This record gives sequence, C-alpha cells and structure tokens, in this order.
Amino acid sequence: MIRLIAMRELRSLYAMPSTWFVLAVLQFIFAWFFLARLEAFLEIQPQLAQLANPPGVTLTVAAPLFYTAALLLMMLVPMFTMRLIAEERRNQTLALLLSAPLSGRHIVLGKFFGLLSFLLMLIASLPLMLYTLALGTSLDHGLLLANCIGLLLLTASYVALGMYISALTTQPIIAAIGALAVLVGLWLADIGAAAADSPWHLLSPLHHFQNFNAGLLDSADVAYFVLFTTFFLLLTMKRLHNNRVYG
Amino acid sequence: MSNATPEITLSARNLSRRFGSRQVIHDVTLELKRGEVLGLLGHNGAGKSTTLQMLTGCLLPDSGEIDICGFDLRKQPTLAKAHLGYLPETPPLYRELCVHDYLTFAARLRGVQSTVVPDALTQTLQRCGLDSVRQKIISTLSKGYQQRVGIAQAIIHNPAVIVLDEPTVGLDPTQIRDIRTLIRELGNAHSVILSTHLLNEVESVCDRVEIMQHGRLIYGDSSVRMQHYGHVSGFIISLRHPPALSELEAIPGVSRVEQLSPGQFRVFHAQDDNTGSLLLSMAAQQGWQLEQLTPLHATLEDVFVKITGEETARTGALK
Repeated sequence: MIRLIAMRELRSLYAMPSTWFVLAVLQFIFAWFFLARLEAFLEIQPQLAQLANPPGVTLTVAAPLFYTAALLLMMLVPMFTMRLIAEERRNQTLALLLSAPLSGRHIVLGKFFGLLSFLLMLIASLPLMLYTLALGTSLDHGLLLANCIGLLLLTASYVALGMYISALTTQPIIAAIGALAVLVGLWLADIGAAAADSPWHLLSPLHHFQNFNAGLLDSADVAYFVLFTTFFLLLTMKRLHNNRVYG
Repeated sequence: MSNATPEITLSARNLSRRFGSRQVIHDVTLELKRGEVLGLLGHNGAGKSTTLQMLTGCLLPDSGEIDICGFDLRKQPTLAKAHLGYLPETPPLYRELCVHDYLTFAARLRGVQSTVVPDALTQTLQRCGLDSVRQKIISTLSKGYQQRVGIAQAIIHNPAVIVLDEPTVGLDPTQIRDIRTLIRELGNAHSVILSTHLLNEVESVCDRVEIMQHGRLIYGDSSVRMQHYGHVSGFIISLRHPPALSELEAIPGVSRVEQLSPGQFRVFHAQDDNTGSLLLSMAAQQGWQLEQLTPLHATLEDVFVKITGEETARTGALK
C-alpha cells in the first residue's frame, strides 16, 4: 500500500511539466557550479601543491558542491512538499484515501517515500558528476559517502517538515511559504548565533549537515535527523487523523 | 440468495455529530439491505453529505456506531472500508492522470489483486461507458465524463455498499438517464445509498426514501408509499357548459369543489368512492359536455413539501 501511494505520487509528479522544468534547471545549476569549482581548483592547484598537507580535489570541489545542493534543497523542497496534502484537500481527493481500506500511516509514509525517491533521483546526479573526476585523479570515497548520506538524511528531514506544514492547510502556496519560512528560520537561527556552543546551532538541520559535509559521520547527527524526520511524520499522521475528528 | 430476509450490509445507529457548538446531525439511525437503493432526501444543508461522510469513515461521529458487512467502522476500519465504494460531492480525481491509470490506482487502493485488476477495469469501463476515453487525461474530460470516472472508482472493486453523494449533479439529461440506469442496475446486486435533492431521481431509482431535515431523519418509507402520503382523491374536470358550483357540490360523495376557471373545477371526494363514474354519467345526462377528467395525483414534490412543512410546523409548535 505504501508503495502504491508512493508510485501514484511519482506518476503525478512526472505528469506535470513544471517538474521537468525544475529538474532541468537544477541539473544546469549543479553542472555549472561543479565546473566553476573545478576551474577554481585547477587555477590554485600549483599553490596548493606547495602546502605540506594540501586539500585534495574532493574537499575543494565536492564538499562545496554538496553544501550548495543542501542550500538549494532548502528552497526547493517546499515547492514539492506543498502539494502533498494541501492539494489533495483542495481538490477533495483526500476523501478517496480516507475512505479506502488503509490507515493514516500508509498515506503519510507513501507520500513521504514517493517524494523522497523523486528527490533522490534529482540529487543522484551529484555523485555521478563527481565520479567523472575519477577518470583523471583519485577521489576520497569516504568523504563522498559521508556527504551522500548527509544529504539523504537532510532531504528526508526537509520533506517530513514540509509535508507536516502541507497537512495544516488547504492552500498549497501557504504550505510552501510556511515550510520555507520554518526552514530559513532554522538556518538563520544557526548562522545568527555567534557563540560556537549556542543551543540554537543544535536546532538547525543544516548545522548537523556540516559534519557530514566535512566527512565526519557522527551518530549524534544521524540521531538528530532520524528523530527530526520521525517527529514530523508522526505529527502529520496525527494531523490526518484530526481531519476525521474535526472535519 | 434464496433466503427470505436479505442480508443487512450497512447499519448506522444513533449517529450524532457537532461542528463546534452547532449540532449538525441528531441521532440518525439507518439500515441498508443488499439489493436496495436508498435515497437520502433533503434541502441544502440538511446534513446529507455529513451523514454520508460519517458512513464512509471520512468523518468520525461524536457518538453512535456504524457497521459495514458486520465490521465495526471504528474498531476494524480496514476490514469495513474494503466493502465500501464512495463518490463524494466533488469526484476525487487526480486530474493529471489518465483514466486507465487512475482507475487502476483506485482498484489497487481498495485491495483488488493486481492479477484481477485488468478484468475489473474492463468491466467497469464498459459499465460506465468510458471505453472511448480510457487513455485520456482526466482534466481534459467533460464534467459528465469526470462524474462517470468518479462513479467508476466507487464500483471498480465490486463493493457491497456504494455511497453516492449527489451522483447526477451537473450532468445533461441524457447522461442523467444513463447514470440512473446504472445506479438501478447496481442496486440489484449491491446496496446503494445516494443523497439528492432532486425528487424525480428518488421516484425513478430509489426503493426507499429517508427525508432529512436539520440533521434529523423525519420520514422514512418506500418511495412508492411516500407518493401516497397525504394522498387526496379527486379530479380536475373541464366542462364546455358548466353548471353552477352548487350543483356539483350536491353530487353524492363530493366533499368539496373549487372553481379554477369558468369551465374547470377541482372536485374532491371521499376515498374509495365511485364518484368518478357518477360524475361521468351526470355530465352526459345534463349535457355539460365533458372535455377532460383527470384524477388528482400527488407528486413527490407536493409530498416532500408537505412532510418537511409539517415537521417545521411541529418543531415550531414545540418551541
């Protein structure tokens, strides 16, 4: 059932021209940024070579690329999550799901995995692009893997948050603005806090991504993302149930 | 099935529901048997859609119980809902999908095995007259076809109980006739409950009627008997050379005569009387030159207005 709903979500996404447009534009941005970083690296390579322990190509090209992707996704994910439940409610298709023999858990997880798998396809081009560098040089696979896992967890947390906000309203556009406001708010709380040990840092998903970005797999960060995602998924299920209670 | 009492597929007991401080549904009790079409009749805002939403699990009642094919909707929702097909007021269509994909999704969602889906799909497309549009995107279809797709998703899994909320709204007369024939056909093997404010819909498709007003069921009977409710015996009679009003009133059995126009009268008489033939022979004898003699027939509309009017008067008197 979860798979069925996820597949329906994907089918609807691919039926919309705007999806393909966003896909194309995003690939262009990734590619352009990748090439720009690569060019900068080639320019400073002679100077780097004089250092005792020079940073490699993975750290100078891949890490900033992943960080840019994380920032872009913060703006982009709300555009996709806004439709998840708000549009079902507006088009009154929610009645089909609510009167079908499945629980709120199936609906929420189906939609979550549906959109997540779409976004994974979208960001899968990043490691593919970076692995073309392996033709000319050796790469730091550990760093790449940490970044991939980090970006996956980050995207999952964005989707869960966006879906919850989508479940609160009937207007997709309000869901998009709401999710964007919360995500940017969390980000600003992170970069606005001056002290390094400020508790504000701990709230922000992007702050927890920075360790992954530097190639550090910290179980505390993983736990943060898992808890963040689960929390909002549970809230969404609760909200969907309230739909039946309050009408 | 040969046993005398058909199985009860849906039963709702003492449903009530409030939105905020407003009590919308008061103590509604309904029962539906297999092979029966029940019409839920009422003014706009009488609580028809809310009742249907509760019956399909889209809205939880504040109190009361709903059983579908013996499964409690609150305690075993998945088992109960598997026997349910629901068409809400606005058909729940994913407009970006094509008819084929959408109906396949609807069937799988209701637990139809993937091996059986093609057969179910072919049968449903044929039943709802959707064969010619199966590959079309739903948003490009006309309103009538979209409504048919809505009905198709409600019946594709062959459910025991079909709930239709105003199924013929916004359709043209031919489509309305087709849909009614389909509902009648469905009513033979399944249980259908439909809400409507169109009285001729009830007349043509429903076996039984429940009238709803201000969230209460105020009248329930078979639709044939409902038409006899408050039935009056009488004729409308047109005469070329009419006699005086008093002469007509003097005919034995006639209780009251109203003059509609110089040559036309409305004649009321006691029930089961032979006044009709008496009137005919009188007209022939006296040379009144009868042009027309039509028995008075209470339309469903009259009955509906009468029942809801009586109820309003009664509740008004109570207050």
